[in-house]
Amino acid sequence: MQNPPWLWPGILGLLAITCLLSIVTGPLQITPLASFNAVLNWATHLDLATVAPHEQLVINNVRLPRTILAMTVGAILAQCGAVMQGLFRNPLADPGIIGVSSGAALGAAICIVLLPGSGEYTVAFSAFIAGLITTLIVYRLASSPSGTSVVLLLLSGVAIAALAGAGIGLLTYLADDMALRDLTLWQMGSIAGAQWQYVSLSLLALLLISWQFSRSSTALNALLLGEAEARHLGIEVDKLKLRLIVLCAIGVGISVAATGIIGFIGLVIPHLVRMVIGPDHKRLLPISAVLGAITLALADIGARSLVAPAELPVGLVTAMLGAPFFIFMLLKQKNRLI
Amino acid sequence: MIMIDIKHVSVRIKHKPVLTNINLHIKAGKVTALLGPNGAGKSTLLKSLCQDNQLDAGQIMLANSPIQDWDRLSLAKNLAVLPQHASLTFPFEVHEVVAMGLYPLTLSSKQGMILIDEQLELLSLSALKHRSYPTLSGGEKQRVQLARVLTQLQQATQPPVLLLDEPTSALDLAQQHRVLSLARSLAHQQDYAVVVVLHDLNQASRYADELVILERGQIVSQGSAKSTLTPDTIKQVWQYEPQFINAPGCDTPLLY
Repeated sequence: MQNPPWLWPGILGLLAITCLLSIVTGPLQITPLASFNAVLNWATHLDLATVAPHEQLVINNVRLPRTILAMTVGAILAQCGAVMQGLFRNPLADPGIIGVSSGAALGAAICIVLLPGSGEYTVAFSAFIAGLITTLIVYRLASSPSGTSVVLLLLSGVAIAALAGAGIGLLTYLADDMALRDLTLWQMGSIAGAQWQYVSLSLLALLLISWQFSRSSTALNALLLGEAEARHLGIEVDKLKLRLIVLCAIGVGISVAATGIIGFIGLVIPHLVRMVIGPDHKRLLPISAVLGAITLALADIGARSLVAPAELPVGLVTAMLGAPFFIFMLLKQKNRLI
Repeated sequence: MIMIDIKHVSVRIKHKPVLTNINLHIKAGKVTALLGPNGAGKSTLLKSLCQDNQLDAGQIMLANSPIQDWDRLSLAKNLAVLPQHASLTFPFEVHEVVAMGLYPLTLSSKQGMILIDEQLELLSLSALKHRSYPTLSGGEKQRVQLARVLTQLQQATQPPVLLLDEPTSALDLAQQHRVLSLARSLAHQQDYAVVVVLHDLNQASRYADELVILERGQIVSQGSAKSTLTPDTIKQVWQYEPQFINAPGCDTPLLY
């Protein structure tokens, strides 16, 4: 399949519009022009345009990190979802559904509660390690030489999520008030209170995984034929799998540490993209990344404005949109699953 | 020219001996058929040749070097396997599946596209180029996989080895003969070493140059169709008494 000619201009345009929309949305009314000027000031570190100081402050410390974080995490989750689906040879694999996000959240929670005062990097690292362990366990549980069984995959996800949920529940008894608030946030997913440390960390993760995934895209295509077939094509299958699992754990771990569990982006986006341009990872991965960024930023705008002046956790918004889609996919696969 | 030299190979699967002391030469320019009843070890032998099985004892040499010493990419350029079933559920288009065969090759993307078109043409798949693979019939899927596997061998540095695992099982009569004739012409005209697992003795008799009959993990007979497909061997191996047919113009044994 060829990319339709409108695809790249279309989604990049949409990305720009979403970005603008995300920056002007919020309880404090800032005009689009003032917002644009403020972003310009921020980007150039110069006072090129006059913006009210409090507006500049809100843009710098609230809306910009929030917008960038939403887009980065969206791009990471969509790509990790696409890669996991390739790795498991199953279109229903998603970091949230198979329990990897819950595992990573448990890792982050352990760090927050038991090691009070640990910085963002420690939390992110422990989320990554826990995410990695979870992915390996799920992979072991669900895979066989002929692929992965949907039933085993989903049940392992349920089991892992239950276990991680119990762990987090236990931690809430030990947690002080501050940690408790963080824990609740982690389980629902929220981009409110985005911090620049996490923004730069997740940007780094996004660059790393996008680069590495694009290098493996041909091998990922071949992996869909089956492991033996991929090996016969000269691919070092075990190394490839391990590399992809570690990269997914980095992406999901850092995303979870930064924003908590945000589900369904990794499931829905690659699926929609496959419907339009086909399953070739060379094109699937970059387009999923951009579309994931747009979707999570839009969901975050929704989270900010649906019940304004209060805010919804963005994880609720993605779940409200994504869960019906998941049910729809299950219905479509029903005949194959039973 | 001997491409694969199988020396004293034994394989156990879950502690059960499946192959015992197999010695066999696979030659370039020949079609070698592996025959035998279910459980005789045909597929295991084929899997051993592409390193899907661990050997318990013995060694397999490809072009005079132990096959495990080959690096993955040069091995893939010279030895390819057509799987019995390829369970590809993602909706790749036919040419994208064939393009997976380009993985070990070093080609510009334009050269790659030309090569893919040639292979599609060779297997009369050009009309299906943009069809979605999961919507094809079993026979069409098999031909697409064959096109992918042949693409993989286009930069072989020596006579290529082509392993076919029951290639005719999903095909109708005409397609069975088309695939086997193609295998034979690759061997005879382009010096491929073709190894094919077959159930149908008449197909083996008609298309293979070398027949290898296995029974309980051992080779009981090997050679031309005339010398291997004898009433005694067939009775011993398959516990079945065959009737031979005299067909005019056919100089290999035919039986039912």
